[in-house]
Amino acid sequence: MDFSDRFSIPPHDDPMLYASIVAIVLTSIAIVVGVTYFKKWGYLWNNWLTTVDHKRIGIMYIISALLMLFRGGADAVMMRLQTAVPDNTFLDAQHYNEVFTTHGVVMIFFMAMAFIIGMMNFVVPLQIGARDVAFPRLNALSFWLYFTGAMLLNLSFVVGGSPDAGWTNYYPMAGPEFSQHVGVNYYNWALQISGIGTLMTGINFIATIIKMRAPGMKLMKMPIFIWAALITNLMIVLAFPVLTIALLMGTLDRQFLTNFFTTSDGGMDMMWANLFWVWGHPEVYILIIPAFGIYSTIIAAFSERNLYGYTSMVASILAISALSFLVWVHHFFTMGQGALTNSIFSITTMLIAVPTGIKIFNWLLTMWKGKIRFATPMLYSIAFIPLFTIGGSTGVMLGMASADYQYHNTLFLVAHFHNVIIPGVVFAMIAGLIFYWPKMFGFMLNERIGKWAFWNITIGFCLAFFPMYFTGLNGQARRMYTYSEATGFSTLSMISFIGTLLLAVGFVFLVYNIFYSYRHAPRNIGGDPWNARTLEWATHSPVPEYNFAISPTVHSEEAFWDYKENDYELFKGKVEDIHMPNNSGWSIIFAGFFFAFGFFFIFHVWVGVIIAFLGIIGCLIYRSFEKDDGHHIHKEEIEATEKELGGAK
Amino acid sequence: MKLKGVYIAFFAIISGFLAGCELLVLDPKGPQADKLANVIWISIITMIVVTIVVLVMLTIILFKYRASKQDPDYKPPHIEGNKYVEIIIVGVPILIVAFLSVVSVISVHQVETAPEGYETDEPLVIYASSSNWKWHFSYPEQDIETVNYVFIPTNQNVEFRLYSHGTISSFWIPQLAGQKYAMSDMTNYLNIVAEEPGEYFGRNANFNGEGFAENEFNVTALPADEFDSWIEDIQNTAEPLTEEKFEELLEPGHLGHMTFTGTHQDFMPAPEGENSPHNHGKSDSEDDSGHPH
Repeated sequence: MDFSDRFSIPPHDDPMLYASIVAIVLTSIAIVVGVTYFKKWGYLWNNWLTTVDHKRIGIMYIISALLMLFRGGADAVMMRLQTAVPDNTFLDAQHYNEVFTTHGVVMIFFMAMAFIIGMMNFVVPLQIGARDVAFPRLNALSFWLYFTGAMLLNLSFVVGGSPDAGWTNYYPMAGPEFSQHVGVNYYNWALQISGIGTLMTGINFIATIIKMRAPGMKLMKMPIFIWAALITNLMIVLAFPVLTIALLMGTLDRQFLTNFFTTSDGGMDMMWANLFWVWGHPEVYILIIPAFGIYSTIIAAFSERNLYGYTSMVASILAISALSFLVWVHHFFTMGQGALTNSIFSITTMLIAVPTGIKIFNWLLTMWKGKIRFATPMLYSIAFIPLFTIGGSTGVMLGMASADYQYHNTLFLVAHFHNVIIPGVVFAMIAGLIFYWPKMFGFMLNERIGKWAFWNITIGFCLAFFPMYFTGLNGQARRMYTYSEATGFSTLSMISFIGTLLLAVGFVFLVYNIFYSYRHAPRNIGGDPWNARTLEWATHSPVPEYNFAISPTVHSEEAFWDYKENDYELFKGKVEDIHMPNNSGWSIIFAGFFFAFGFFFIFHVWVGVIIAFLGIIGCLIYRSFEKDDGHHIHKEEIEATEKELGGAK
Repeated sequence: MKLKGVYIAFFAIISGFLAGCELLVLDPKGPQADKLANVIWISIITMIVVTIVVLVMLTIILFKYRASKQDPDYKPPHIEGNKYVEIIIVGVPILIVAFLSVVSVISVHQVETAPEGYETDEPLVIYASSSNWKWHFSYPEQDIETVNYVFIPTNQNVEFRLYSHGTISSFWIPQLAGQKYAMSDMTNYLNIVAEEPGEYFGRNANFNGEGFAENEFNVTALPADEFDSWIEDIQNTAEPLTEEKFEELLEPGHLGHMTFTGTHQDFMPAPEGENSPHNHGKSDSEDDSGHPH
């Protein structure tokens, strides 16, 4: 392919692509003009782009995740529209392949991962009574590297062509023999760069949770979400290097013509599948374990009960995380590794149902004898239990190696993993967002609109995905851009499309709710609007920069509840000067060089690669010799802030 | 509670569908697919029981302990775990998983070997190889080759030897057997018996690029005598398959049904035994060429 052809804008001659380009350009202009008009550049730079505050970084992660949710959601609507009727010509095969690949990559890497990392960023330091994460600057860099990856992937849509080999990107289809355009290069570099960010997040949060807990918070007195976060980050550190190496091998194959995954010269295409899922299966649990933590927090809060079986909850998280590294072969039982191997991996897979079952029963028993309030975060958590049970059940069905020969690669599988990821991860993130919204912004989201969103999303989910179990059992393979009338898939596919629309309407309600509540919700809500149980509710809403004027002292996993109900003295000591890290533009500049590096690498522009690489090295050298001792917030200043926010607690 | 009604309605719909539909996978026409359909039914029923238990518990708890029904002064108690409750919530899932594991292990061994009653038969060998986006079927014994369709005799163990000329594909005839991958550097073996004559739908189930959706093939099962006369017919009428012609067929695209005499195994053999790309000389060729049966 000619050099200039690789840059083709847009990659295909398609009116929808031209429309998207126009939309992207107009939106960018609108943002620039808007920020300039309202004279917000300084505010944006000083308070957000250069921030090292875990709360603001968390919020930026969540905003990015929501944007990506809409990007991936638009892809989903396009896919279901294309397959709503047989022999549809709305999208052609190539375009459909790009759309479902982008949908998968965006939803897993740039939506779900960003959402859980954003949630951990906001909640973890508050819940352990710390002032920030262990390495605030690194945290900002993690975010900007993630953001760089997300932007690179989104750029592929209009410059050069999107990846089209599925989010699993199996070789040799994704290799140089069968995929000549730059799509998979984008995949490699977008995931590589954001993966580095994720790995640093993992290290950062392990250090934070190990080293920065409030006095008295022993390991077995950590709130359950902290346990979930700790295990998740350990899993990140163990699993992500595998992805890094696999992506590197793929890059070498595609861009330097090595033969790791090719069909000739000793290449092994199945090695990619193995490496991908050695990372990929733990990844699924990296997403779901923090979600479990959020459900545990919310169910306890809205049942006004302590979490039932705390110890067994911790043990089951540990068991799930250990097992998750021992099941990857179940993603390709059909590869022909024989009955014995498949039997072993079938058993390890189904074993995960045991700790998961324990968790389900513990949640039920947490509600038992409780005083259950049906606030929106709780509604999502309640809907999660039966829906996740169904998703988990079909997971066990898929785990039966022999039966999997019939489910593999069909819509049954697609129904299953959406059935665990949407009620599991997405519901948890929405519930968590609504739950922590007052803590982030100082006002509550409207409950009535919130419930409209909830019912649309829940019913939409069921309509969209339950039919796929049946078309899957009826022989519909996944990733087919169309099917014929004779297959009999059309009625159920249409139901599925209607469900997708309901889901979309639900998400529109969710966004409208933010807009509505911003304008109408009262601002004087106090620190603890939900009558919750953990430390983050012991400080003000929104949280001041330093989190707690006085560091809390803890004696149980629900110290704040004991403070409210049992006269436990949470804040011993008096206000002192607080040492805080300085803001810095270094992270965003560093990530900017990474963006250039990735972009030039994708297109083989070696001069650009070298210049960007020198920039990256320069940033590292600068950082190595930079003197930055942070700053102090003085006692008087804190006392004034506390007074203004309603007195020190 | 509105929730309850919604879920009950969904379950009614699901069971209605399961009872009413003739889903391909649950409408098997051979012993292998029949085994799998049984396993699927066992797991569906077990899992419906589990789901119903969770639903009933949830419904009762939500109904009984909702705040609106309780005294405003009611203070929920602090309850730590209980040893006996925990033994039950660990024990019951273990029993269920143990039961399903036994079913899984037995059935996976059964479908990986020749089906019961056909173990002693000399299998009919057919090489099924995929290229973007076609299936090539070589009958080495009969010395014929077809594209995108395959005829098999009924009540006879057919051993499909699966491999690919490029991308990974997955060979699937839902009514006769589960899937198995066809890959470029090793040969997989799949035993299939059709017990009823008829036409069956087969396809590649593993995404392999632009022409994936149409990457299908037809399977026709015939009684042995009709199968033999079909073979004879082709040997008398079809054109021979040359190396140049085969190279042409491998070009990415779609072809209709085609028939040839001779097979491409003569000049482009399957990646098995000494033709495996991971066969590194004589010393370990035993391991590499190890036929699984």
